[in-house]
Amino acid sequence: MIPGPFDYHSPATLDEAVALLGQNGDAKILAGGQSLIPAMRFRLALPEILIDINGIAGLDGIAEAGDKLVIGGLTRESALEVSDLVQQKYPLLADTARVIADPLVRNLATVGGNLAHADPANDHPATMLAYDAEVVARGPNGERVIAIDEFFTGLFETSLGSNEILTEVRIPQPSAGSGGAYVKLERKVGDYAISAIAVQLTLDGDAVSAARIGLTNVSPVPIRSPGAEQALIGSSPTDEVLEATGQAAAAECDPSADLRGSVEYKRDLTRVLTKRAVARAVERAKGGSA
Amino acid sequence: MSRHTITVNVNGEDITREVDARNLLVHFIREDLDLTGTHIGCDTTSCGACTVLLDGRAVKSCTVFAVQANGRSVETIEALAADGNLHPLQEGFWEKHGLQCGYCTPGMIMSAKHLLEENPDPTEEEIRWGISGNLCRCTGYNKIVEAIQYAAEQQKEAEA
Ligand SMILES: Cc1cc2nc3c(=O)[nH]c(=O)nc-3n(C[C@H](O)[C@H](O)[C@H](O)COP(=O)(O)OP(=O)(O)OC[C@H]3O[C@@H](n4cnc5c(N)ncnc54)[C@H](O)[C@@H]3O)c2cc1C
Ligand code: FES
Ligand code: FES
Repeated sequence: MIPGPFDYHSPATLDEAVALLGQNGDAKILAGGQSLIPAMRFRLALPEILIDINGIAGLDGIAEAGDKLVIGGLTRESALEVSDLVQQKYPLLADTARVIADPLVRNLATVGGNLAHADPANDHPATMLAYDAEVVARGPNGERVIAIDEFFTGLFETSLGSNEILTEVRIPQPSAGSGGAYVKLERKVGDYAISAIAVQLTLDGDAVSAARIGLTNVSPVPIRSPGAEQALIGSSPTDEVLEATGQAAAAECDPSADLRGSVEYKRDLTRVLTKRAVARAVERAKGGSA
Repeated sequence: MSRHTITVNVNGEDITREVDARNLLVHFIREDLDLTGTHIGCDTTSCGACTVLLDGRAVKSCTVFAVQANGRSVETIEALAADGNLHPLQEGFWEKHGLQCGYCTPGMIMSAKHLLEENPDPTEEEIRWGISGNLCRCTGYNKIVEAIQYAAEQQKEAEA
């Protein structure tokens, strides 16, 4: 199907892009296009102006700076997959990137677009919630930093202003004794999650000293599960603790019934996947690799 | 709606055309350029029948606007046997019966081409992973995997 009509701009600089966003009319950023173009083809989205940011230099990249991993907003999923830094030091992120869509989509889809789209079915929101990441937004008044806990405000809604561009995602470098994992169940390769769990935790001796748990596609807005985090923090991850953690996540999620399953099924799956993700994160924390 | 004059290097040749902003790359390739080897199999960015290489990377051409290809290179299935000889991948699909109806084949081959360029000696698992964005309703994939393995072997031998 053919999208509705629009005016297309491909600015060479961020300032130009921000100025274009401030024009009259319903303007949207075009990044990887892998969510926006399908929505436009179904005319679920009918922007009047598209601002293609693919021609802006310096918006992609993966590098550590200070105590953060800095990922440019336009960084492709395929770049995360081949980054040694990500593969070695950020296993939660590495796990996530390789299960997003399929290789063809990942060659275009961007990390910034995945977050800005705020689709509860997208995989990066849960991962960035678990990492306690920050999002950097650039608008007419310059740059501001948004904590990920403040970022997702509704279904497909974020705290980005209509004239702001997401330029970076910053992930705190994991401290010693940390581990993370993303565990997703999908119907087939390339599909969105039935449920998926992102865990990032730190061990102090045998006990979990810090943990953040994000849930994918089992609520209208990407969420953490504070109950699951509390069940884990301060305890050693025994079978009983894992079960309590899984049950807390199952209780706190809010899935809806659809082609991917009933509410009961998704809740129980969330319980099981939470246990698996925590177990894998603990294993990695003990193994010394973030 | 804006219209744009774009110049795209298609299969090695610079081509200049005027397009509507909303023209999809796959429609530009099939309808404006008459290169109908690139197929359309779905409306949902799911099937990969429309796969082409954009600046060397395999993408779904139904989910890119033609105007976005301005100043870039596009390679379609038509480029592969340009000199009359089958490309090792085409030979592989022939030899190993990697197709039945053939609808998915151009996209499959373009994905495989990108895969082999990045990883000339893939394991079976890596091949299956590499073509996981391309759907085939006929073959059950085993013969496609064998066809790609065949091409990888041929290319290795040619280099040795
Ligand atoms: C078949 C298929 C399967 C998929 N499966 C998955 C999956 O399993 N998991 C998953 O997570 N995703 C999946 N996706 C979605 C894919 O990862 C999307 O590409 C991604 O969610 C959006 O990124 P994008 O760069 O393509 O953004 P676009 O489609 O270009 O943009 C999406 C939205 O975000 C806005 N936007 C984009 N970038 C910025 C920015 N820098 N600043 C401000 N606003 C911005 C746009 O204006 C638009 O509203 C799938 C897509 C397809 C087609
Ligand atoms: S036609 Fe199906 S993915 Fe492009
Ligand atoms: S051969 Fe028929 S779809 Fe693949």
